[in-house]
Parts: sequence; C-alpha cells; structure tokens
Amino acid sequence: MCQAQEEYGGCDQPRRRPRVSCAQKCMKCKEASPVLVIRVGDAFCKACFREYFVHKFRAMLGKNRAIYPGEKVLLALSGGPASSSMLRQVQEGLSRETAKKLRFMPGIIYVDEGAVCGQSLAEREKTLLQLETVLQASGFPYHLAHLEEVFDLPSSILQRVPHHPAGPKDNYKEAVEGFIRQQRQEEGGGPSVPERQIQEKLAKVSVRDAPGMEGLAAPEARLLAAVRTEQLIRLFGSVKTLTAKEELLQTLRNHLILHTARAHGYSKVMMGDSCTRLAVKLLTNLSLGRGASLAMDTGFSDDRHGDVVVVRPMREYSAKEIAFYNHLFGVPTVFTPALDTKALEKASIHRVIERFLYGLQAEFPSTVSTVYRTGEKLSVTPGDAGPAAEPERCLLCLCTLDTNVEDGSALQAILVSERLSQQKLPAAAPAGRGCCLGAEEQRGCCMNTTAPGADARADFLPLLCYGCRLTIKDTTCLESLPLYVRSEAERRKRRAAMKLEIQEFLLEDEAVTPGES
Amino acid sequence: MAAPMSLLVEFGGGAELLFDGVKKHQVTLPCQPEPWDIRNLLKWIKQNLLKERPELFIQGDTVRPGILVLINDADWELMGELDYKLQDQDNVVFISTLHGG
Ligand SMILES: [Zn+2]
Ligand SMILES: [Zn+2]
Repeated sequence: MCQAQEEYGGCDQPRRRPRVSCAQKCMKCKEASPVLVIRVGDAFCKACFREYFVHKFRAMLGKNRAIYPGEKVLLALSGGPASSSMLRQVQEGLSRETAKKLRFMPGIIYVDEGAVCGQSLAEREKTLLQLETVLQASGFPYHLAHLEEVFDLPSSILQRVPHHPAGPKDNYKEAVEGFIRQQRQEEGGGPSVPERQIQEKLAKVSVRDAPGMEGLAAPEARLLAAVRTEQLIRLFGSVKTLTAKEELLQTLRNHLILHTARAHGYSKVMMGDSCTRLAVKLLTNLSLGRGASLAMDTGFSDDRHGDVVVVRPMREYSAKEIAFYNHLFGVPTVFTPALDTKALEKASIHRVIERFLYGLQAEFPSTVSTVYRTGEKLSVTPGDAGPAAEPERCLLCLCTLDTNVEDGSALQAILVSERLSQQKLPAAAPAGRGCCLGAEEQRGCCMNTTAPGADARADFLPLLCYGCRLTIKDTTCLESLPLYVRSEAERRKRRAAMKLEIQEFLLEDEAVTPGES
Repeated sequence: MAAPMSLLVEFGGGAELLFDGVKKHQVTLPCQPEPWDIRNLLKWIKQNLLKERPELFIQGDTVRPGILVLINDADWELMGELDYKLQDQDNVVFISTLHGG
C-alpha cells in the first residue's frame, strides 16, 4: 500500500516509515503519500502540492486580468515567508513555457526598517547583505530603500494621480496579442541574455541613484543618513502605543514603495499578504475603526493611488501553505525583526487579534478562511464614477474619507463624547485615550485645546479617516512627521479655506431659488 | 526502556529567536522508561533548549497555535501529532508563522 510511485522519484518523498495515516493517499493523484494537510483534511503529496501552489498564483493573476503584458511590476519583498514565496512564483511564472508564461517586467523593492526596529547599523548592514544575495540571485532589477528616505518624499505622494484616460482596461486581449507580436519580431536576435545583463546594470545604477544611504562612501551622505535616522527614531519615539506605531510604519512604508514605483515607472505593486495575514488585518482594521478602507486594505487590487495599483496575489494562500512551500522547495527567507518582535502578547491590537485568530484556527480549522471570505464580500463601491465626483481622501492612507457620516454612527458618538469630556474636564484625556504624558495633572497635554500645537492638531484631524485619526492622536509630536505630510496638510487646508470662501457666493445664489428653509 | 536517541531539531520563521537564534540543534535524548513521543520532546525542549518566554512556544502540553510542526518533512497532522513515536535520526522542524510576511 505504501510503496513510493515511480514517477515521483524516491528523493522527492520524505523518508518513508510506517505512520498513522499511512493508508491515506494524496487527494489529488491518489497515489503518492501526502506530506501536508491543507484546508480541512485535504492531504497533498509533495508534487501535487507544488502544482497546486504554482497554479493558484497564475490563476489569481489570470482571473483578475490585473497585469498587462510588458507592464512593469514592482514586487515588495520584506524577506519574510509570503513575499519571498511570491518572488519565487514570479520567477517560476516567467520561466514557464510560452502558453502559460507570465509576461510582465518585474523589479523588486526592499525597505530597510532597521532604524525603528531597534537594529544597530552593523545589524542592518548584515541584514542588507543577506537580502542583496537574494535580490542578486533573482536576476531582476532591484531597489533598496531605507525608511529614512520618507523624510525626502515629495508631497505629491499624498495626491491621487488619475489613471491614464486611454487605459488598456477594456482591451486586455489586444494588449496580449500586441505583446506576442512584438515578441515574435524580437525573437530573431534572441536577446534574452544581453537583456538580462542590461537589467542587472540598471539595477545597480538605480541603487546608486537612490537618495539616502546608498553612497555610504561619502562622509556627507553618512552624516545625512545619521540625521535622518535620528529624526525617524524621534518620530516613532513620540508615538505612544505599539498599535499606532505599527499603523504609522505601514503608512510610511507604503508611501516609500509608491514613490519608488512612480520614480521608476512601475504601474503595479505586488504585495505578499497571505490570507492569514489579511484575516488578521481585516479584524484589526475593524477594531481600529478602519472599516471604510477595509475592502481596499485587504482586497486583491487597490487603486486608491490612481496611477499605481497595488495587487495582492498571495491572498488565497494560508500562512501554513506558504511556510510548507518555502520549506519543501528551499525558498530563502531573511528574518528581520519587526517593531514588536518579542513584544508582550497584548502589546498591540494587531498582536491580540493575531493570537485570537490563531487560537481559534487551532480548534476550528476553517476560521481564517471564513474571516477571509467575509472580507471578500465587502466590495469596493465604484469610486471612479467620474472626475467631477472625486471624493475627499484621507491625507495619510488615501482611502475615501469616511468621516462625513450621518448621525448615530460610532464616529459621531465618539466625537460627541470627546467634546463633552473636553468641556467638563479640560485636562482629562478625551474618550479614555491617554494624553501624551498619561497623568491627569499634566495640564499642558497636547490633546488639551489650550496647549500650543493643539491648533495644528485640530487642523490636521479633519483631513484624516477615522483609523488614521487614532494613529495621529497617539502621536504626541506632530512636528516630527515628515515634511511632505505637513506641507500637504497645509495645502489641503488652504484649498478648503478657499473652497469655503467661494461657497459663500455659491450659497447666496442658491438661496434665491426656493428651498426648504 | 527506550534507548537514547539522536534527533535533529530545527526552528524557523522567527521561532529560533527563543533559542538563542540557533536554528539547528543536534540533540540526544536520554534513556527513559516510556518511549519518546512529540509530547515528551516538547517537555524536554522546554527544560533543555528554550532560553526565554516559553509561552511564546508552548501552550499547555502542545505548541502554541501558529507554530507548524514537520516530522521528516511531513506535516505532523499526518503523523499523529503529539502521539508520534520518535525514532533515532528523526528530523523535527518547528516553523513559526506568527507575524510573517
Ligand atoms: Zn499527489
Ligand atoms: Zn487614513
């Protein structure tokens, strides 16, 4: 019953020994012995698991018709299991035979966050060295970015850039055919090898060109880098809770990736969020009040930035599938400490939710997929009705503002109770969120309307969605935010003021026509 | 009486941080009256290898949810989980899937 099948080769199989479920066979080929159980009770052998995994990636991209032939796609690599596995899938896809081949031009970005994750310079260099080995081995162009570079971002990063009007959305088929025709014409010279060399050179150039710490040889650059690192540490030091720190880190990282994509002409960014990760994100978002951007934060494609679309092709893989794939097929990963590595269990909402989900999953194996499928049902409302109806967007995360809501919503309730608590107890923390120093007698608290800087804060909050408001409320020192955030806030404030002025004239006009009041 | 046996125990996905950052441990389990299974192995790991924060690795008598166990490159769910009887030269891998990506 248990003998290995010839076609799978002895070496492919784990060492065989009598085992409890020996009688059970792979559910797909019904021949080989299974090596893992995915979903509820589906046992796969190694070969079938690999096929299932690779196929799922291609099917995901195919089903969504997300990526056009020849399109430049930036893969966001963190060194972690999901994004490393995503990189391998792209490599597999590009090296396939013509019919099933993926046809886009990948590049990779890695964002070094060592400064805020407590890594010393030496540790950061060591991590970067490990990552560069992976990046170089991929043969794709790559960009190494440091989180410090957010201080040099332009404020245009916070503005939505509309799609090109002649987007190829409707003629995917034409685009594919056009690409194939072009490829055939080029095939005469067989330029694949020199092409790759050029790509490699380009990668090197782009790395050198990057602002920040790349030109470490120059002492000024080193000094600038040190100043930036200081700024970054100060910014995160001024954030009171780990939950807010994690949200801020995600926001800044996304801005930096978006900037790199725009600067180098990538029109898609691939993120390696697994379904387990997205389920955690979904519940976290709900509990943080980020319900409005839920579908965008966790869906397959996210076009909030307009010109650069974020896609999540790993969203149907569980963390278990990814871990097994990486282990069985030798996908290299680089472990980098996170903000909260070894932090206390209940240090942030993200961690509490993660623990809660994994705990449930252990007893009810379909928990994660149920949560994930619930998220899928929350579809994005068709936002791009027309250029005239462009909605207001959150300054930080660019989701459609959810704060112009009707009475009776949770936000309204919180705002009212905040106002009330501020009136009666001017020094108390509004709505139970601790003030910057946490002590009641600290009258100079930043949340207090009488304190200096409170005006800036009061101007800032209305520009944010509910979730980002919570993050900013936990940031005690707004001045340490990067300049691009502050100047874009300034710009929007001016624009809003102007709008208000104009509106006064418009309203007078309107008042002439018979109205309800 | 179970004879002493030699195992390769590995930690990955960040779980190695709880073991001084060391991923591969060649270990020898001593003789004991009852046969070695994963349940006993976890106890032994807790007493002999785990350097800090045992609650991040072990919960009750099993591994913390989110930590995968592979026995000779196969899912422990196929091998009887805690009741799997260890044999000399077995390879046991623990991979943490907590906050990966
Ligand atoms: Zn099979
Ligand atoms: Zn927001």
